[in-house]
Amino acid sequence: MTEPIMPVTEDELHAFVDNELPGDRRPAVEDWLDTHPEDAARVAAWRRIGEAMQRRYGAVADEAIPARLDLDHIARRPRRRMIAFAAAVLLAFAVGGGIGWFAHNASAAAISAPVEPVIAMREEALAAHRLYIAELRHPVEVRAEENHLLPWLSRRIGTPLRSPDLTKYDFKLLGGRLLPGVSAPAALLMYENSTGERVTLYATPLKMARTSFRYQQVDKFASIHWVAENYGWVVCGPADKPRLKGIAMAAIEQSDRR
Amino acid sequence: MIPALRRYARALTRDADIADDLVQDTLVRALRSERLFLGGDIRSWLYTILTNLNRNRRRSLARRPTLSPLGDEADANGTEAEGRDIERALAGLVEEQRSALMLVMLEGLSYREVAEIQGVPIGTVMSRLARARAHIKASLEGEKIALRRVK
Repeated sequence: MTEPIMPVTEDELHAFVDNELPGDRRPAVEDWLDTHPEDAARVAAWRRIGEAMQRRYGAVADEAIPARLDLDHIARRPRRRMIAFAAAVLLAFAVGGGIGWFAHNASAAAISAPVEPVIAMREEALAAHRLYIAELRHPVEVRAEENHLLPWLSRRIGTPLRSPDLTKYDFKLLGGRLLPGVSAPAALLMYENSTGERVTLYATPLKMARTSFRYQQVDKFASIHWVAENYGWVVCGPADKPRLKGIAMAAIEQSDRR
Repeated sequence: MIPALRRYARALTRDADIADDLVQDTLVRALRSERLFLGGDIRSWLYTILTNLNRNRRRSLARRPTLSPLGDEADANGTEAEGRDIERALAGLVEEQRSALMLVMLEGLSYREVAEIQGVPIGTVMSRLARARAHIKASLEGEKIALRRVK
């Protein structure tokens, strides 16, 4: 006859399954399970849950690790901004020289002709739009929540930059980034709506006479550009003329108020 | 360590891409932080970061309906069907319970480690585990009953 057994608690049953039970209680729990089939069934069911989880997810640990999770790769990340910057600089050169992002679409005559600064600006803005709206994780350099975004970009492009309120169009400011423009730094603000569509607003110093809105569509994308008070502006987004025009109006109202 | 983090993240999110995003964010934060070089339990710490990042992610998604993949029920063999059942059962858990269950049963962490990761007393971890197991057991048994009824 053994000593009277202290009743086994549910906590102890869990601890038993998880190997968290103090060694001296194990025999008592084992005895208890021998004489309490309902508890034994519960313990068996819990173990089966663990086994099913292992079968379902255990193999993930055996998969090859994707390159983006490689520690060397991640440790190098801060430098990637430099690479992006370098790529943007090269792109700016190419566009400025007339051999643009879209050179493969352009005729030889178009390549040899000098590109108007305003056209170069539009192409740069569109290239930046295409490049950065495709980024899921790093669409912007500085997020809208960081309140230095606008002061910083304003300082770099040399004019007070305000973010137009596009809530009327369901677009919310994600943030922005600094880009090398045609002749001076450019600011790019990115907005996103609830369905994931993105529009960008590009602004850069451009010494030119004021122009009106110019709408242009390039396959799925469209842009509206204009020049006002020695700044060039480009709104890029999905090809939807009335909506894009509304957004451009909101931007011009905002910039006129400075 | 990375394979284990990926396994945990996959089980937490049930989405391979989101899971790897979480692991990547976790590693970025870990590498950025000096604590890594001051010692301490790196394993628990990485699980803590990942758990918190996932909580942030879920909070921002809180208003959206939960999507679960629609499998072709008829074609599934036994293992796939079981995998789907357990996945569905896990999906029905509250976040804290799911995380506690996975850290213990999948990752083999101790109650104490899970308590540190979740920032709660050990007793809370134990009650989360108990509730999670009761829920999953009921959910799996419910599936079986439903199947029997169909047959």
